[in-house]
Amino acid sequence: MASQSQIFAGAFADPVFSAQSVFKSLMDGFARPGQIMRLEASSVPPSPMGAAAGAVALTLCDHDTPVWLTPALAKSAVPQWIAFHTGATVTDSKTDARFAIIEKGAPVPGFDQFSLGTQEYPDRSTTLVIEIEALSGGVPLTARGPGIKDDVTIAVRGLPEVFLDFWSANRAIFPRGIDLVLTSGDSVLCLPRTTRIARQEV
Amino acid sequence: MYVAVKGGEAAIANAHRLLADRRRGDRTLPSITIQQVVEQLGLAVDRVMAEASLYDRELAALAVRQARGDMIEAIFILRAYRTTLPRFGYSEPVDTATMKVERRVSATYKDLPGGQLLGPTFDYTHRLLDPSLIDDAAVEEPAVKEPGEHVMRVSDILDGEGLIEGDGRMPEGHVMGDLTREPMEFPMARDLRLQALARGDEGFLLALAYSTQRGYGRTHPFVGEVRIGEVEVELDLPELGFAVSLGVVRVTECQMVNQFMGSAKQPPQFTRGYGLVFGQSERKAMSMSLVDRALRTDEFSEDIVAPAQDQEFVISHADNVQATGFVEHLKLPHYVDFQAELDLVRRMRRDYDAARTGSQDGMKEAAE
Amino acid sequence: MDAKLKQESPPDMARKECMRLLARASFEELNAAWEALADKPDVSPVRGPETGLVMVRGRIGGGGDAFNLGEATVSRATVRLSTGEIGHGQLLGTDKQRARLAAIFDALFQRDANRAAVEALHRQIASRIDTEDRRTAEETAATRVDFFTMVRGDD
Repeated sequence: MASQSQIFAGAFADPVFSAQSVFKSLMDGFARPGQIMRLEASSVPPSPMGAAAGAVALTLCDHDTPVWLTPALAKSAVPQWIAFHTGATVTDSKTDARFAIIEKGAPVPGFDQFSLGTQEYPDRSTTLVIEIEALSGGVPLTARGPGIKDDVTIAVRGLPEVFLDFWSANRAIFPRGIDLVLTSGDSVLCLPRTTRIARQEV
Repeated sequence: MYVAVKGGEAAIANAHRLLADRRRGDRTLPSITIQQVVEQLGLAVDRVMAEASLYDRELAALAVRQARGDMIEAIFILRAYRTTLPRFGYSEPVDTATMKVERRVSATYKDLPGGQLLGPTFDYTHRLLDPSLIDDAAVEEPAVKEPGEHVMRVSDILDGEGLIEGDGRMPEGHVMGDLTREPMEFPMARDLRLQALARGDEGFLLALAYSTQRGYGRTHPFVGEVRIGEVEVELDLPELGFAVSLGVVRVTECQMVNQFMGSAKQPPQFTRGYGLVFGQSERKAMSMSLVDRALRTDEFSEDIVAPAQDQEFVISHADNVQATGFVEHLKLPHYVDFQAELDLVRRMRRDYDAARTGSQDGMKEAAE
Repeated sequence: MDAKLKQESPPDMARKECMRLLARASFEELNAAWEALADKPDVSPVRGPETGLVMVRGRIGGGGDAFNLGEATVSRATVRLSTGEIGHGQLLGTDKQRARLAAIFDALFQRDANRAAVEALHRQIASRIDTEDRRTAEETAATRVDFFTMVRGDD
């Protein structure tokens, strides 16, 4: 069994203000897709969950948001940690999940395996929180769409090869589709379903 | 069409100040405490808890005081307050069979285990105004007697013969709904209907229940049992892995037993309607059980011939917070809407006049 | 996940009863017991105290399938003692300090050194609840109807 200290420790020291500050960063992040946002509040979730993913979970998850975890996270103390600090339950079903959390290096399931919302309620889709190697220093991609003046370059490192295919398929079913929070260290980069991403011409 | 306008801030501030003054009333009289409202206007507090769908005596009493005794306003305030709090979870279902009974009567059996326990009832009072309450005359301590045997559920007695349907079961695989989480959809399953009725307006449900007795969807009812008392609320704690008690709440339960002639699908038997309400309110619990039964038309292949049987009509209009919001919003500024309507009516009137007289003048006016 | 947790920590009936009584304790009862405690450990918060809602469920017909009756206010707290024990307090109402004290006594209940003191508090709470329940039951029993037959048709 997960030790008590793993489950009960590591949440925000100041729950209200920390959650508000992380929420603001995420809101700004989704309003300015592709921009790297440093979170000002930190959490220490049980391994192998990353700090920024933990902060996102503490901020956004609650009793009404079932969470899907990768097998490695589900086996760790993370389910109990999330249950205790946010009230959210862990679900095995990707389509029931309002959030899905994927730790660094874990295989990323196809986006269409998660809840994509409906035409009437496109908001009922899953938000994926994926921890990657780094939010910069990777192959540059061009992002366009609402919240981006002209275009912006993103160069994240550690996404699977098939990411662009997943993402364009996700774009094609708009207004349905998942939203994405990429995390690394204490920072996040948000990609709402409205963002179009393409390889840069050499 | 909506047009934003500003103004009236000073008038609103002063109106609120005046409201506070009128709420306080004559300053030479002592102000009512929340505990006094809880203790001495307990049934008002109970109604506010039931219809706000939030069990908390102190907060409900505060709402009653804040609303100057306007029940629907108090319900509105408490319902609004609940939206500010996080949800910790769902309790285990309360077990009314283990209730600490404070009142229990049955209209179907005279001698039944546990007996007829009248409790603190208005029944058998003469409904004469009591001047002794004006002078705050001393009140006697209640009489006491050695408690008798366990107060058995009436539905369990009838069940032995197989002449009464069992406790309500939802279809296999049904996922319990929650009105506070999902938008309403019709047809609505019985669990959701009961949730809506439990917080429905007492007056509306009473009127519907009465209508079934007067022949608008007759259900041939008998009160199998009404019971009032405290039940324990348990919550499963994931961090411990077992359910723990959070304390007790007082509820009123009504088991209505309805004669049923039988249909092509079912033999003649007694069917049931169920009522469960926060606090002490048997009028509400009885009304709820009558309306619950009336709404079960699909289960008994009954034709919908009366308002109380029409679930969309009943459930859509049972919530007094929604109802008062929509009715009362009519007094808010509709200046632009009304101007538009006024123009329209003027134009129609010109057309009408023109058509009637057929005169040159009429035509000219309409063309303007 | 629930099933997994349950498997890992079977219901501890003594602890469950402990928490049931602490949920019914008044602030005065809890506070007096805390003040009377000889060597008080330091207490640090783990979660809360905070107030929220629990959706109270009933059963259709009293014993059938569940439905949502309405919500109730609940206050809860989780604390850690300087000696390492974790305690949870959760009770109806908005009194966060009561919830915090209940959590402290749940933690103290797990310490051999304090168990007797917590059990004395339990007995005090249980005895008050029993007296109140007994009184209500007696008052209710006095309103029981004794039917007697006045006239039978065949005499």
